[in-house]
Amino acid sequence: MSSSSRETIFTNLRAALPESSPLPDLPPSGPWQTFDDPFARFCEVLGTVGGDCQRVATIAEANDQLAKIEPYQAAKVKVSVVDGLGDSTIDINAIEDPHDLENVDYAVLRGHFGVAENGAIWVTDDTLKHRVLYFVPQHISLVIPASQIVNNMHEAYDRIEVGKHAFAGFISGPSKTADIEQSLVIGAHGARSLTVFAVDEL
Amino acid sequence: MKVALFIPCYVDQFYPQVGMATVRVLEHFGVEHEFPEGQTCCGQPMANSGCMPEAKPLAEKYIDVFDGYDHIVAPSGSCVSMVRHHYDAFFDSSDEKANRVRERTLELTEFLCKVLKVGDIEGNFPHQVGIHQSCHGLRELRLSSSSEVMTKRPDMLRGLLDNLNGITFSKLQRNDECCGFGGTFAVAEEAVSCMMGEDRIRDHLDSGTKVLTAGDMSCLMHLEGIIRRQKHDIRVMHFSEILAEAIGA
Amino acid sequence: MSHPTLAKGFVNNKPRAQWHDKALWFVREKRDRMAHGVPEWEELRQQASAIKIHTMSQLPNYLEQFEKNAKALGVHVHWAIDGDEHNRIVHEILQQHNVKRVVKSKSMLTEECHLNPFLEKNGYEVVDTDLGERIVQLRNEPPSHIVLPAIHIKKEEVGECFHEHLGTEKGASDPNYLTEAARNHLRERFCSADAGITGVNFALAETGGFVVCTNEGNADLGVSLPKLHIACMGIEKLLPRASDLAVFLRLLARSATGQPITTYSSHFHGPREGSEMHIVLVDNGRSGILQSPEFRRSLNCIRCGACMNTCPVYRRSGGHSYESAVPGPIGSILTPLKTPESHSSLPFACSLCGSCTDVCPVKIDLHHQLLAMRGFLDRKKLLGMSKKLSMKFVSGLLSHKWMYTTAGSAARTALRWLPRFAVYNPLNGWGKQRELPEPPKSSFRDQYAAHKKQSGDKS
Repeated sequence: MSSSSRETIFTNLRAALPESSPLPDLPPSGPWQTFDDPFARFCEVLGTVGGDCQRVATIAEANDQLAKIEPYQAAKVKVSVVDGLGDSTIDINAIEDPHDLENVDYAVLRGHFGVAENGAIWVTDDTLKHRVLYFVPQHISLVIPASQIVNNMHEAYDRIEVGKHAFAGFISGPSKTADIEQSLVIGAHGARSLTVFAVDEL
Repeated sequence: MKVALFIPCYVDQFYPQVGMATVRVLEHFGVEHEFPEGQTCCGQPMANSGCMPEAKPLAEKYIDVFDGYDHIVAPSGSCVSMVRHHYDAFFDSSDEKANRVRERTLELTEFLCKVLKVGDIEGNFPHQVGIHQSCHGLRELRLSSSSEVMTKRPDMLRGLLDNLNGITFSKLQRNDECCGFGGTFAVAEEAVSCMMGEDRIRDHLDSGTKVLTAGDMSCLMHLEGIIRRQKHDIRVMHFSEILAEAIGA
Repeated sequence: MSHPTLAKGFVNNKPRAQWHDKALWFVREKRDRMAHGVPEWEELRQQASAIKIHTMSQLPNYLEQFEKNAKALGVHVHWAIDGDEHNRIVHEILQQHNVKRVVKSKSMLTEECHLNPFLEKNGYEVVDTDLGERIVQLRNEPPSHIVLPAIHIKKEEVGECFHEHLGTEKGASDPNYLTEAARNHLRERFCSADAGITGVNFALAETGGFVVCTNEGNADLGVSLPKLHIACMGIEKLLPRASDLAVFLRLLARSATGQPITTYSSHFHGPREGSEMHIVLVDNGRSGILQSPEFRRSLNCIRCGACMNTCPVYRRSGGHSYESAVPGPIGSILTPLKTPESHSSLPFACSLCGSCTDVCPVKIDLHHQLLAMRGFLDRKKLLGMSKKLSMKFVSGLLSHKWMYTTAGSAARTALRWLPRFAVYNPLNGWGKQRELPEPPKSSFRDQYAAHKKQSGDKS
């Protein structure tokens, strides 16, 4: 049944195709917006979407900052995939069913780079065993090298290999919704807060 | 320069003073004009209703009546946009006569700015004016910048009034929202149409408009209809009437 | 019911209609601020439009490429000619996996196919997880907007609904409190679901993967826990290259809600270890639209909802007045293309102001298509006798100068002399809330002739 539908769809599509038109060339350096200080812009935009960026020299310094974050202090179940930054109360590599991660209060995870124009961070599933950790913890931190901030999405796609990971994505701030009378509420289903540590020596 | 006046049917019948103000403005700038007697309507009401076969004879008549002029000038952005942008359905793209007449059809502010290249106009109009951007002038003919598009364009109507002594302009909350006329929409969707009109008028009242103007009499007919029914203290004038009064023509 | 009838009902509650108008205008203004922040905004729109037009001109090739690449990633690919087949396919997959409970993120396609009622009828628990969608689901009504499904509902009403269904405090209407309640309620559903269904914002021919955008993270939570992910997409959702996403992700959220990007832009390429991923590609009329030179550009739509937010008619009539999964300007093209008989009033729910065309991030000539749609309905003889006859009559009258001038003169005279009650009667739609123009004694052409004569006499 389905294979005949496939054929019917293709026959219909080919019946009267529009005249061919060229695919535009999109050079990553094209006429796209850049910033004098991409890092400052990244932090500013991340702030407007409810996130927080802290620039630190080393992982050790990030660890000191993390210890001051209230939700981290209050967290009972913690996970970190970054050596030297935060604690893990559970061993995620020993866990098979992601449902066992439902109660994680705080997760410290890795990102690859940030995008100045929209405060987004590129993450991929090869840095952790269970991708649900991007979404299910009450709070998360992402760690990126401070030097790795691109201006815009064109530069971003120029440096990533889309399709290499079963899951990858951009995360820009904590989970949010404005579905009740357009009032912005942070913490819809996913993380209630996102703290980015931009580390100089990483 | 041979200029024909294209006076839309409803202006001819109900707003002759707007046509006459257009005449006086053109004469002020030394433009010789004719009014081709055979003209009636550009066909917009039929086309906007989807009745293309009924609009076609009117489009053909328009092209016949107005061929042979250097410019065809109308005090209505909507009718001009019908001719320039929506006659594709009736004429082949290789029809030179139709192309010629369509290209030469201009809205009044467009004619003053683009053809006559009128600069500062001397005159007096000591009133606070609220400009209603008519949608077809704005988004079809691009006589000003629409708030949705990031491309900046000069505001032709405002530019022509800007230099008049004593004139001030209202700062609106919504610069270019539709008034709700929309041709047959005004009757087919009467409830929404009138709410849109009321909302525009409220914006003008709140910003202190004393004289409401536009380049399209059709928007003004709708807005004036509500203003008169609700007895608001706003005078409604087509842009050509303001100019004619200001220059004492 | 026709749009004008439903719209009139909406407008009759004036304070509420004004509130609705303002809520959406607020979103439109946020969009404007975002667009102003990107100097190359118009260039982006141009590129997006060109990419979509190109994609449509080679759609079958790109679909084949997509299918091949997706299969190589271990994805099961299904094809559905219409909504019914789509629903059957989803049902079969769920049956194979012995699924009982489904969590679903927002997908206009599944709304279009009426998947929820179909699955519920077949005994599944289907939970919409987008907060706005959950609200309308609990209220047992359809979304009124494709991006802001509950934009027509006041927080007090959400409070009542949650009090009844989620046990929140009676009278509580604080959005923070209500969202927290929904968070806790939906967490349970996420954790107990056997399958996650998502829509698709963009699919990539080049890689066989797809992108889903949300702010809440509900799509991601929904598919990261259970062992089955079904993604449902219209065949027009394709982009040729991954780098095209740069253009579209820059435009989508800025146009939709005035955000620089959605919180989560997730790129899926194949199933999680130990899980299955299915993609259902749905035609449901799209291949027919592609064949129509007049309307094919409507397929370029990326469902950002900007045309709804800016539409002065939508804002004052509410999404439900369109009786369609996709309301507003784009819905008034897509819906009558499929069901012209039952939706013939939609293309007329438009003042042709053109704001939708100017706001559209992929430059669909929406208001021109709405105009063309009126001609389409005329050719299908769906305009209604009274409209057609009156236009025939007026056209005939305007075709002859003498008839036109005689009628004009008669009308002006009648308006001057008729008593008010004869003019402002229930048959006069214009005059219900508006005055008619004050009829002048003479027409312009008479005054012009006199003027010419006078200036001729002078010279």
